[in-house]
Amino acid sequence: MYCHNPDTIETSGGKLYHIDELVEIALKMKPYFGKKGGVTVSGGEPLLQSKELIPFFKRLKKEGIHTNVDTNGRILNHFTEVLLDYADLVMLDIKHMTEEGYEAITGMRNKETAFNFAKQREASGKKMWLRYVLIPEITNKPELLHQMGAYFKDFKTIEKIELQPYHKLGIHKWDALGWDYQLKDARENTEKEIGMAVNILEKYFKEVKIN
Amino acid sequence: MEVKQFKYGNWTEEIDVRDFVINNITPYHGTSDFLVGPSLKTQKLWNVCKEATKEERQNNGVRSVDTETISTVSAFNAGYIDRDNEVIVGLQTDELLKRTMKPFGGFKVVQKALSEQGVKPNENITELFSKYVKTHNDGVFDAYTKEIKKFRSLGFLTGLPDNYARGRIIGDYRRVALYGIDFLIKSKQEDLGNIEGPMSDAVIRLREEVSEQIRALKEMVELGAKYDLDLTRPADNAKEAVQWTYMAYLAAVKEQDGAAMSLGNVSTFLDIFIENDLQEGLITEEEAQEYIDQFVMKLRMVRHLRMGAYDEIFAGDPTWVTEAIGGIFKDGRTKVTKTSFRFLNTLYNLGPSPEPNITILWSEDLPQNFKEYCAKVSIDTSSIQFENDELMRENRGSDDYGIACCVSHQTLGKSIQFFGARTNLAKTLLLAINGGRCEITGTKMVDGIAACNCEYLDFDKVMANFKIAMKEVARVYNDSMNIIHYMHDKYYYEKAQMALIDTNPSINIAYGIAGLSIVADSLSAIKYAKVKPIRNEEGLAVDFKIEGLFPCYGNDDDRVDVLAVNAVADFNNELKKLSVYKDAEPTMSVLTITSNVAYGKKTGATPDGRAKGVPFAPGANPMHGRDSHGAIASLNSVAKINYKDSQDGISNTFSIVPKSLGANEADRIENLTTILDGYFSRNAQHINVNVLDKETLLDAMEHPEEYPQLTIRVSGYAVNFVRLTKEQQLEVITRSFHESM
Repeated sequence: MYCHNPDTIETSGGKLYHIDELVEIALKMKPYFGKKGGVTVSGGEPLLQSKELIPFFKRLKKEGIHTNVDTNGRILNHFTEVLLDYADLVMLDIKHMTEEGYEAITGMRNKETAFNFAKQREASGKKMWLRYVLIPEITNKPELLHQMGAYFKDFKTIEKIELQPYHKLGIHKWDALGWDYQLKDARENTEKEIGMAVNILEKYFKEVKIN
Repeated sequence: MEVKQFKYGNWTEEIDVRDFVINNITPYHGTSDFLVGPSLKTQKLWNVCKEATKEERQNNGVRSVDTETISTVSAFNAGYIDRDNEVIVGLQTDELLKRTMKPFGGFKVVQKALSEQGVKPNENITELFSKYVKTHNDGVFDAYTKEIKKFRSLGFLTGLPDNYARGRIIGDYRRVALYGIDFLIKSKQEDLGNIEGPMSDAVIRLREEVSEQIRALKEMVELGAKYDLDLTRPADNAKEAVQWTYMAYLAAVKEQDGAAMSLGNVSTFLDIFIENDLQEGLITEEEAQEYIDQFVMKLRMVRHLRMGAYDEIFAGDPTWVTEAIGGIFKDGRTKVTKTSFRFLNTLYNLGPSPEPNITILWSEDLPQNFKEYCAKVSIDTSSIQFENDELMRENRGSDDYGIACCVSHQTLGKSIQFFGARTNLAKTLLLAINGGRCEITGTKMVDGIAACNCEYLDFDKVMANFKIAMKEVARVYNDSMNIIHYMHDKYYYEKAQMALIDTNPSINIAYGIAGLSIVADSLSAIKYAKVKPIRNEEGLAVDFKIEGLFPCYGNDDDRVDVLAVNAVADFNNELKKLSVYKDAEPTMSVLTITSNVAYGKKTGATPDGRAKGVPFAPGANPMHGRDSHGAIASLNSVAKINYKDSQDGISNTFSIVPKSLGANEADRIENLTTILDGYFSRNAQHINVNVLDKETLLDAMEHPEEYPQLTIRVSGYAVNFVRLTKEQQLEVITRSFHESM
């Protein structure tokens, strides 16, 4: 409903790359990764290609390259489980704290899967970051933020939560794709609203970052 | 000489500034937290300067000009900006921003520049230079062959320093502060005594040169006296060290108006005096910063008289007061000191500025705090550039060096370079396609290339012809250089700067090329697509039809990048075969300054699909918009150009929008630091970094008065954006602003 890269949602288009090509590109970029950088698979939803990504991640690990999955956690199966084993980091996008909220934003009732996904990552003991888009009156409401904090505060694998204040930069892309941008009436956060959200979440998470 | 508080070494035996620095430096690994803002005096002084530069802009770029005096080291009385607030004194003339006549490069140029301001030189001077005194420009044209003139006027060789001063020589200005001029004169007199017969041309010339140098040193003493400074003795404290060093530089820019007159690497040297005074409690941090702020302010106020046409090759009135900061000694210690930070801090205390041209000698081993501070300054001001310290140190063999002009390594006090402007490699390639004729006029330029009438261009044939063309162009280029530098030495010798350099230094000649990306993409099109030349009735290819796709330079694609790498190596090899005046060693750069626009204008359509007259990409940059695989792929392509084939430097100008660099300041700093480490680890040599949105530049075009200090890096230097011509501004805006890594 608000993805700023709607041109990456469609699952039929795009360009096909052989794994070898991707590894080669990653190797060429390796000197620029520094201590914290690496390869992030994002989307759309990268877990749609979990099976294909497994050998890619295996190769990257062999080359000493950090691996990261940027996902909304709506798929949970054998392949995602194997893939996540090879992922040094998972960035899990939390859409909302209610099923209704999930449905309104993604068109699907994925909350349960996504939260199971988080629990599974927690059980694996491997690093995870949460990400959350702040939309005034829709996701940026004190009770929702407290609810999220309370739910995740005891997860030991969560290093931080990154907040993405909602912006309208992607609107033109939706127009170009001929899709209807459903959040046209939503407004951007005020500085104060962002500050309030940070204040709440800092009570629950080690680090709160604004993107 | 008196040596007080410093650690002895070879420098106390003979002139050896590096040894002094090595023995007395206090490397600094801390953060920028110690830095302070500008003093009240500095603020007052800078306000006067800002007002004066505003008047200069409003008056078409020239505030005032002198028509009565030939500028020499000791010409003009002392001048002040605001004496009560001036801690570091000295101006080129008796008035701020006044431009002067330096006619020994070429009197006609001076006349032209003055007439553009609606004035004329004093009649006596006009008579003198019309009838009795010969200039560098006169000498060069006496000796030029018809062939050289043809290559020059048709744009195969452009921007040659035959009617302006060559510049590029860096005096070791630190010597005046460390030794005092009496000692320097004594040392030169000893050298002169040791230059004995048999009297060959070279020996006679050197004796005359050293005598000239001694005369210049005496003039420097006079210059100091005008400001009540006794330069005969070494500097006694930090303030004097800054002042003495500046006086030495001032002498150079009073005598010469070379295109680029770098400062060297003075910050590390000055830090020793500053650190000493701070330790002894003689000065405060506020005073230390005040010295540097005011020194830098003076450097920003250096002006030369230029004619309008000069702007085409060197836009924005640059002076290239290049100061190299940072780097690592051969012994592994860093050259970063607190004064390295203080120099960078001037970009906050006085605001962004193209001058001095601050150049960071980058190494992965630099202190992390310094790296991060440099990245921050770069992001905030787009005023500084970065060069690969490790690469230059290892290949050129010296760790005490400055950057001549934009990208060129020069060992301080031990070597100089002859500036060679550049040849148009794209036009050279077109010779290969047009039977050795100029693609625009049809003039026969080069023999031995058969006319080609085939429907499609054949890669092997074009390459074979290109090699013939390169060989011939190199020959004419070398001829012109030998004449130019012979005459420059004869008529416009840089005596003040050479007085601060060892007698008989090593010399490299700095050849250059423009249009590299055009050549690479054109060869790629011929090789990987089908290119059909559209020929006019004379048989000249006036346009090209390309069928199919081809890889473009700038996407980390070896198929085409290797063509760029080889073109650089091939042309460099041709140049290496030719002997040079004074046995200078041939080196080459891939650097255009802003002449990429002028070069493009003089070049017909090219096989890569570029239309006639369209600007080239600057330096070694990929062509605008063709580096479509993100910032890193673009950087990787440029990094492949082999420094061994282009030891005078490989310039890359890189623009990225702030958002792509990172979501917040901390991320941006970290990412830029990582990019620089990554880029240089691939043996790249140079990068200009602009962190800007296109919208800012567009707005500055609309409202220039609101952006008096907006600075951008162009090609080895930075300019005030609002001082570029509209055409140059638009060219900058069409460049790739990377929106993805």
